[in-house]
Amino acid sequence: MRRANGVSRLLTLGAVVPALAACGAGDFEGGVEAGNAAPGATAVATTDPGNGTPGRAGAAEPVYGFGTPATASQIAAWDIDIGPDGAGLPPGQGTVAEGLEVWERHRCILCHGPTGREGPNDLLTGRIPGDEFPFANDRTLRSTVGNYWPYATTLFDYTRRAMPFDLPGTMTDEEVYAVVGAMLYFNDLLPADAVVDSATVVDTRMPARDRFVPDNRTGGPTIR
Amino acid sequence: MPEGARDGAEVGRETDGNGGDVNDREEGSGLTRRALIAGAAAAAGGAITAGATRGLVQEAQDPTKVPGARPVTVGSRSPHETPEKLLSGSMGGSSRTPLQDLHGIMTPADLHFERHHHGIPYINPATYRLLIHGMVDRPTLFTLEDLKRFPQVSKLLFIECSGNGGGAYAPSPSPQHTPQSVDGLLSTSEWSGVALSTLFEEVGAHADATWFLAEGSDAAVMGRSIPMEKAWDDAMIAYAQNGEAIRPEQGYPARVFLPGWEGNASVKWVRRIELSDRPGMYRDETSKYTDPLPDGTARQFSFVMDAKSIITYPTYPRRLPGPGFIEITGYAWTGRGLIERVEVSTDGGDSWHDAVLQEPVLPKCTTRFRHAWEWDGGPAHLLSRATDETGYTQPVRQQVLDARGPGTRYHSNAIRGWRGASDGSIEFAPVCGAPTGSRGC
Repeated sequence: MRRANGVSRLLTLGAVVPALAACGAGDFEGGVEAGNAAPGATAVATTDPGNGTPGRAGAAEPVYGFGTPATASQIAAWDIDIGPDGAGLPPGQGTVAEGLEVWERHRCILCHGPTGREGPNDLLTGRIPGDEFPFANDRTLRSTVGNYWPYATTLFDYTRRAMPFDLPGTMTDEEVYAVVGAMLYFNDLLPADAVVDSATVVDTRMPARDRFVPDNRTGGPTIR
Repeated sequence: MPEGARDGAEVGRETDGNGGDVNDREEGSGLTRRALIAGAAAAAGGAITAGATRGLVQEAQDPTKVPGARPVTVGSRSPHETPEKLLSGSMGGSSRTPLQDLHGIMTPADLHFERHHHGIPYINPATYRLLIHGMVDRPTLFTLEDLKRFPQVSKLLFIECSGNGGGAYAPSPSPQHTPQSVDGLLSTSEWSGVALSTLFEEVGAHADATWFLAEGSDAAVMGRSIPMEKAWDDAMIAYAQNGEAIRPEQGYPARVFLPGWEGNASVKWVRRIELSDRPGMYRDETSKYTDPLPDGTARQFSFVMDAKSIITYPTYPRRLPGPGFIEITGYAWTGRGLIERVEVSTDGGDSWHDAVLQEPVLPKCTTRFRHAWEWDGGPAHLLSRATDETGYTQPVRQQVLDARGPGTRYHSNAIRGWRGASDGSIEFAPVCGAPTGSRGC
C-alpha cells in the first residue's frame, strides 16, 4: 500500500502492537495482558508514531548481500493492498447504478444472487436490527458485509484482487468502485444514486466497525 | 501389464502358503515364470508402475524364492497401503490428513492437509521472486536461489487450520466422525528455510515497523498482517518440507511459516512482504478468522493455536479388537510451546491417567501419546486432554461455550471423545460438561 499525501495515518492497533512487541518466544502473558488493559475497547486506535514501544531494527548495511534492489516500478506492480485508512486507493469512481450492471456483467450474481442475499456462495447482504452483533450467541446467524465487515476498504481490496472468481483481478478500478457501491447499496449503506470514489470507500462507516478486540488468550489456566 | 496380472491371478489361485507352485517352475532355470514376467514388467513399465505391478504379480509368491525387484528412481507405497486425504466440497478447496492411518508424528508430504482460498497456483521457480519493501532501508527482490543461500533453519513443527475441529464443536456432532474428519486440518513436517529475521536484517527493517503484510501469488493474492515480533521470534520463509522442496499445494516454491499460529496466516506462495506500522485489515483477518464473543465483540488477530489432543486409535470407523490389551494413542499439540502432559480417561472423565509422551517432545510440534488400556469388554468412553507448558489444560465444551458462546467456529479445542460398546463398535462422542463425572453431550 502506498500512502497518499494527506491520507490520515490514523489506524494502527496501537494498543496491541507494543504489547506483542514486548513479548518473547512463546510467552504472550505480559503482552496480551497489556493489550487487554481496556476490555471491550475497539481494536483500532489512533497511534502517535512516537508512542509505540521501539522495535528491533534491521542491519544498517546488508549482511550477506544476496538479492537485488527493488525498483519503484517493480514494487508498484505488486503493491496492491488498500489500507484501512484508504492508502492505496486508486483514482477513479463508479456509481451504484453502474455497479448493478457490473454485478451481472461479471457474473457476481451467479455466486451471490441478485442482491447478495441469495447465494449459493458467500452471503454478502444483510443487517441485524440495531446493528447488534450477536454472532457468538446465535450459531444460525450468517455474517455479511453489512453486519460483520469493519472496513469498506477491505471490500474494495478483496474484490479487486480476488474477484470475479473465475477471472480474478480483472476488473478495472472503475468497475471495482462501482460494484463496491452496489454491495454497500445492497446493505443500505449507500443510496441508489451514490457516486463511489476513494473518499466514499474511506468514509462509509461500517456497522461492525468497532466490534473487534485484541486477542486476550494468554495460556495459563484460564479458558477464554 | 494385463498378461502379467492375469498370470498372477491364476497362479495365486493355485499357490499354497509356501509359494510352492511347482507347476509354474521352468525346468532348469530355478526361476518361476511369474518372476520373469514381473522382471520384464518392471523393465518395460518403467519406474512409475513397477512397484504396483510387481506387487500384484508377486502377491502369491514366496518372496524368499524369487529375486526381488530393482531400485526405482522414485519410490511408491506398497499397493496394499492406500491412505488418502479427505476432500471437502468448498470452493476454495480443502483436504484433511488421515490422522488415524499415521504413526509417530510426521505427516507424509502427499498426505498433508490443504486449505486454499483460490486454488493452487503454478509457479515457475526460475521466475519466482519475493519482494520485501515498505518500512525498510533497502527494498529487495529475492530469487529462490537467493533465499537458499542464506543460513538455513529447520524445525519439526505442526501447522493447523484455525477452523480445525469445528465439527466437534457443533451442537450434535456426527457419531461417524473420524480423527481425519474432526481434526485432519493438522499436519506435521520438518520445515526448512530462512529465518524471517535474517531477511529483515538484510533489508534494514525500520525499528518503528510493527506489522508485516504478507501476500501470496495465488488467485486470491491472499494476504495477512503479522506482528513484527513474530518475525524477530521464530517466523521463517520455508522452501522445504520433510527434506524435499515444498509441494505446490503447500506453497511451492516458498511460503511464510509461523510456528504455532493458525495456518491461514502462514501465507503460501508468498510473493510480497511489506513492513508497516499498522495491519492491512485484509479480508481474512476481518470478515474471516475472527472469533465472536458473547459480549458483542469479535476477537481479532487470534493467532495462537491453544492446546489440543485427539485419540486416533481406537476410533471410528475401526472397531475395538476385543477384550484385553489395547494401546490407546493419539496426538497432542499446542502453539504455546511444549506439551507437558496428556491424560486419558476410559470412563468418560470419572478417572484420568497420565499417558506416556513419546519422544521427541518438541515445542509447537505434535507429540504422540500412548496409554496402555486393559479393555474389559464393557462400555467405555475414551477421552484425552492435553496440558501445555503454560499450565493451560484443554477445556471441555461447556467451558468454551461459557467463554465464547455457541456461535464461535474457529479455535475449537474442546476435549474430543470416543464411546465404545460391548460389540466393539466405537463412535465419536465428545463430552460437554465438567471433566469429572460428565457423560457426554
